[in-house]
Amino acid sequence: MEMDMSLSLANHAESNPLNNRMKMGAALVAISFLVLLLGLFNQFYNPILLGIFIIMISAGSLFYTNGLYANTVDGIKNNGVMFQSLTNRGLWAWILGIVLTGFYIILYWYPQYLGLNKNGNTGLVRFFDPLSYLLNGKQASQWFVYGTFYTLAILLMGIKFIRKNRHSKYQVFRTVSVMFFQTAFAFLIPEFLESLSADKAYFSKDVKNMWPLNIYFTDQWNIDGMLKGGNLGAFMLVMGIGMIFIISPILTYFYGKRWYCSWVCGCGGLAETAGDPFRQLSDKSLKAWKVERWLIHTILALVTVITVAVLYTMFYDNPSSYWLNKKSFSILVIVFFAIITSIVLLKRKTIFKDFDKKAFIIALSVMGFTVLCLINILMSNGRNVLFLDAGILRQGYGFFIASVFSGVIGVGFYPIMGSRVWCRFGCPMAAILGLQQKLFSRFRITTNGSQCISCGNCSTYCEMGIDVRSYAQKGQDIVRSSCVGCGVCSSVCPRGVLKLENGPIKTKKLQGPIQYVNGAFEVTE
Amino acid sequence: MSKKVIIIGNGIAGITCARHIRKQSIFDITVISSESKYFYSRTALMYIYMGHMKHEHTKPYEDSFWENNRINLVQAHVEQISSADNNIQLNDGTNLNYDFLVIATGSKSNKFGWPGQDLQGVQGLYNLQDLQTMEQHTKDIKHAVVVGGGLIGIETVEMLLSRNITVSFLIRERSFWDTVLPDEESRMINKIIQHHKVDLQLGTELKEIKSHNGAKVTSVITGNGEEINCGFVALTVGVSPNISFINNSGVETDRGVLIDHNFRTNIKNIFAIGDCAQFKTPLDGRKPLEQVWYTGKLHGETAAKNIVGLNAEYLPGHWFNSAKFFDLEYQTYGLVLAQKADNEDWFWWQDKKGEKGIRILWDKNTLSFKGINAFGIRLRHEICNDWLNDKTPVNTVVHQLRKANFDPEFFKGYEKEFAAAFNHQNILIKN
Repeated sequence: MEMDMSLSLANHAESNPLNNRMKMGAALVAISFLVLLLGLFNQFYNPILLGIFIIMISAGSLFYTNGLYANTVDGIKNNGVMFQSLTNRGLWAWILGIVLTGFYIILYWYPQYLGLNKNGNTGLVRFFDPLSYLLNGKQASQWFVYGTFYTLAILLMGIKFIRKNRHSKYQVFRTVSVMFFQTAFAFLIPEFLESLSADKAYFSKDVKNMWPLNIYFTDQWNIDGMLKGGNLGAFMLVMGIGMIFIISPILTYFYGKRWYCSWVCGCGGLAETAGDPFRQLSDKSLKAWKVERWLIHTILALVTVITVAVLYTMFYDNPSSYWLNKKSFSILVIVFFAIITSIVLLKRKTIFKDFDKKAFIIALSVMGFTVLCLINILMSNGRNVLFLDAGILRQGYGFFIASVFSGVIGVGFYPIMGSRVWCRFGCPMAAILGLQQKLFSRFRITTNGSQCISCGNCSTYCEMGIDVRSYAQKGQDIVRSSCVGCGVCSSVCPRGVLKLENGPIKTKKLQGPIQYVNGAFEVTE
Repeated sequence: MSKKVIIIGNGIAGITCARHIRKQSIFDITVISSESKYFYSRTALMYIYMGHMKHEHTKPYEDSFWENNRINLVQAHVEQISSADNNIQLNDGTNLNYDFLVIATGSKSNKFGWPGQDLQGVQGLYNLQDLQTMEQHTKDIKHAVVVGGGLIGIETVEMLLSRNITVSFLIRERSFWDTVLPDEESRMINKIIQHHKVDLQLGTELKEIKSHNGAKVTSVITGNGEEINCGFVALTVGVSPNISFINNSGVETDRGVLIDHNFRTNIKNIFAIGDCAQFKTPLDGRKPLEQVWYTGKLHGETAAKNIVGLNAEYLPGHWFNSAKFFDLEYQTYGLVLAQKADNEDWFWWQDKKGEKGIRILWDKNTLSFKGINAFGIRLRHEICNDWLNDKTPVNTVVHQLRKANFDPEFFKGYEKEFAAAFNHQNILIKN
């Protein structure tokens, strides 16, 4: 029998009426957007008005949060999630999705409509000039406006998430962490450093935003910027490389990819805070898992090929400008890939245990493609990757992956496809950390004997679309490359079945499904 | 030759049995249910009503799973079993033959002959159809009455509150679930129920259910003669085996279908598992009827072994269970009953805020650990099971409780406080 209660229940809004604090909060937020609209239509330019906007939207959001959660008991608050229009792909969800998508399109490709103008901003960008002058001494750009919105969203929705999950210290700490890294590392510190080196060429100053999530790290202008950027530039270059090859594998070994994806990352930060109401919309089907494996690893291969091509071109065109030249760089690349390939081939039995042949084929095809492209690059003048110019490829990646996928689809489609679409299907950083997590990390989610009642809360609220229940009901540990360790499955479990752990691994539980059979725990399959 | 297995009922017991037969054989497997075509988790019914999940989220396997594993699903009602002909009749007139028959029809909600118990808006809560009628009859109502203080009762209260419907909760016993839980635990839950502004009426029975127009319920009369106006009444006074269709089939029944420890009924090729099965001779310390999720799984798995020709006896091991009362999680390992036996002793500890509680039970003579109740904390099943197996001294368990901690990271430890309180009160068993 098919039964969709959310359709048979047209509207539950009246059974959960807004209280006064929520109404007041909503009103303040609405008015703050009106103020913004006035700015967009060139009505007011006044630092005080910008201040009023920020205070009003913050106060409104806090009032709303307070009204929503103040008189509730500590615990899980998912009542009505499947009935509400906003969280169940109803009308409000589509409206919000279209507004967000539209905003991203304007932001990426038509920033002039936001008022961006090198000879003096107007509109919305002008509205944020005062804050920009305060932080970095320059006029605002569309990216500054975006960064401000982004940080505000993580902070305000972060507070809401903390109130909602106040019973769980794990959730509280994790959220404080993403709020801190966004505000300090992604927003304030880079802006501040920018103001100190205003005379030097621009380069990325967000330490935590590492390659390949930050694809332009290896672009020539960024490398040149760092090389000419004095101590700070040198620090960013060394840290950037150190993060990729040393720091992130070590942290992932001890804690799993969550140290980054749900504690530090900005994309993850937005997904965990503003995206939290939409986490249940992720696709849990086996088909989606298959698409995920192909897509994310192909993008990782693509980003690798493009990066090598871009760097090779740079060394080719400037034979004596850098420490490396095209020859030493080629050797480095070949050695690196030889090591990776041998590891995969030697350890294939442990790596591909769970989904054996198919995954092995995916891995081999993706790696084969990568190696072919690399040979192609290193044998040509670097401009020729499968007959395409490295620069054009890099631009294509920037357009289709870094903008359309991560921004427009990744965030714009939050209310339709869930909050982690980019992280799950697209992010090459998540792909690398995921491989590390799958291959050598201690992190896993353990399940508690036979207490699972297969209710499905864990799978429903997994933002990465992992069918957590399918492991829990077998008593099997969950070691999935996509798991970002948000801990929500453990929170929503009504029987205390799931726990995120990084302690030394008892190999027993990783051998196969464990069932409580005839009075003992046995490996049953 | 491939044998034909028919399983009546697609709950956790029937489905587990089907899956395990498939793992170990190429038998032809058919699962029949009139409730729903696909297996879903009954334990999640409350979450559908509360809007945490939709029905589709409660299905543990994708719909393609059954075809991929060659398990035939038939949505029909079984009218009769003809055990002499190895054949069953369905409500659409079809006859199906079997080599093995498994009865896994679960339970139905109890009704004890109250006047008005068949009015509209009066029901139990066990299956999908119950959920649908509850959905219909709780629309636009302000107040409801829940009768019966067990797990389904308190879940029904929580469900109704989620829709802003106020509830009177009538419990015959002096305290919530005090036939199962010791006093302190039971009182802890009373408090939570009252904290949620439920009109909790302990020691109160239902006398009569009334209706102004003879169709839909409008009030109930309690044993004290009080009349409570309400638009919905949930009767959650336990469940009993759903076996009425078995009459005249030759299969022996009592309260449930009678079985031996291999889940065989009196007829060699007919098995019974799950809620509807009743052990002719119960295992030591266990009840003849077992109506929890994991026993359904164990029944199904053990019966499957017997059907494919391996001789397997039911060995359920140490008792364990869990539940959630509003936001308070409960786990128990070993048999901690409402009253301790003469040869047992126990110790109850609660934290200052009253959010966590532990009761530990041991044998007075050997001082070995016999069981634990945990409230507001999570314990590791495997470790507790080891302690029970090893008859670990209670003192060791108290001081190594940290080993069994299964709370999420950064949660506040309670073990030291618990051990200190235990030592303070139990100086005699300190060795």
